[in-house]
Amino acid sequence: MHELLQQIFSGLAAGAVYASLALALVMIYRATDLVNFAQGEMAMFSTYVAWMLVNAGLPFWAAFALTLAVSFLGGMTIERIVIRPVENAPVLAAVVVTIGLLLIFNALAGWLFTYTLQEFPSPFPDRTLFGALMTTRDLGVIGVTLAMLLLLFLFFRFTATGLAMRAAAQNPESARLCGIPVGRMLAIGWGLAAAIGAVAGIMVAPVLFLDPNMMGGVLLYAFTGALLGGITSPVGAVVGGLIVGVTENLVGAYLIASQLKLTVALALIVLVLVFRPNGLFGAAIVRRV
Amino acid sequence: MAPILELRAVKAFYGHSEVVHGIDVAVEEGGMTVLLGANGAGKTTTLRAICGMVRSEGEIVFAGQRLHRRSTEAIAALGIAHVPEGRGTFTGLTVEENLRLGGFTRAGRPDAGIRRMFGYFPILGERRRQQAGALSGGEQQMLAIARALMMAPRLLVLDEPSFGLAPRIVEDIFAIVERIRREERVSVLLVEQNASLALELADQAYLLETGYVVMSGPAKTLADDPQIRRSYLGY
Repeated sequence: MHELLQQIFSGLAAGAVYASLALALVMIYRATDLVNFAQGEMAMFSTYVAWMLVNAGLPFWAAFALTLAVSFLGGMTIERIVIRPVENAPVLAAVVVTIGLLLIFNALAGWLFTYTLQEFPSPFPDRTLFGALMTTRDLGVIGVTLAMLLLLFLFFRFTATGLAMRAAAQNPESARLCGIPVGRMLAIGWGLAAAIGAVAGIMVAPVLFLDPNMMGGVLLYAFTGALLGGITSPVGAVVGGLIVGVTENLVGAYLIASQLKLTVALALIVLVLVFRPNGLFGAAIVRRV
Repeated sequence: MAPILELRAVKAFYGHSEVVHGIDVAVEEGGMTVLLGANGAGKTTTLRAICGMVRSEGEIVFAGQRLHRRSTEAIAALGIAHVPEGRGTFTGLTVEENLRLGGFTRAGRPDAGIRRMFGYFPILGERRRQQAGALSGGEQQMLAIARALMMAPRLLVLDEPSFGLAPRIVEDIFAIVERIRREERVSVLLVEQNASLALELADQAYLLETGYVVMSGPAKTLADDPQIRRSYLGY
């Protein structure tokens, strides 16, 4: 029983990271009907930025805050320069653009920082809590993620900009008629998604070690979480990410060799698509023909 | 009185095809102008051209400013509130959130404006926390108009507010629009299939056929015209 709880808690910590990245995916998907395959690599690149700042001698949380700001601006810039030109192109063209971004960021990171694994500091002391039930690291990761989710919720729920972003995602034409600059809202959305991804990257890097391919598996889990939650639901993305984290951890611990854990994500994707294509929280997609 | 909105030789395009072929339309300050015509006459396209939602040529002048090449959101911020065909409410957001969005371009908190709208449309006040998608058609139309008025516009553009609504509800809505026009000093440009009601309320009327203005003048004159009576009023 004790071990099971341990596995669940460390699953939740991993799941919190997947949930963050899944949320970033869902935000972009809702605003532009686009799955951003580069979300993971963008997060990886942000993590390198944090790594450089820490190595330059900045205190961890200062580096953390600065990295979020840089990622936000970077996300907005990417939307302006790379995504906006394909705004009215077929979805497949835009998806190919995000795959291109994935390759660019991966290669760029390899070129700038080499493919060697780098140690990344954890801001949380490595201690166990509640009779070795969980570690401070796990608790820290879960806490940071929850704090971020709360801030995002407050932003979207109570600020004029947050409301305008929801409106722009839901009905761009009506939003324009209300005087809302939809393009700027999309750019802010990309900025926020990039910053959320940066949090995910920084939280997972102490565990996985930093290298240009660090986020490949994480993106797959995040994508599974987003799909499980119904791809259009932010709450679903968070719940889905946590479920994936716990499932992956339990299956890896009790059922199969942990090297095969990634298969769990693929199996979950197939199961969701076959048995519940709208996910747990997603709206049914009905198209009139 | 000077017109608040003037269209001079305006052509408008739907995709690549020209559907409005150089029309002149004016809306007097504080007045109500109606565009009449059969389906496909170019009424909606004309409204969309004004708000920069379709490509257009010619001159569109609003309150002394040319609207050419301005974005839809910039035109909205100038003071044109457009209630589009199909109402354009944000169905996934609550009634109150819809109204807050209407106040997006206005500085300051929208609370006073929202309370004033609940005065005009008490039913919206009762349903303020409900999702807009759960409202009836008439209530959604009221919400769309209220959201537009939250912008404190100088010109209200209404695209077939009666569409799909029961006659009694249509009369209610038009009565409120008329009251708002007087109390809020807002000019109105209206596209309407219900010609008899529209001609009763409007002071100027234009009849469009296949992208041309074929008749225009005071609404009363058009209402007495035998051809209009036969084709659009049915008596």
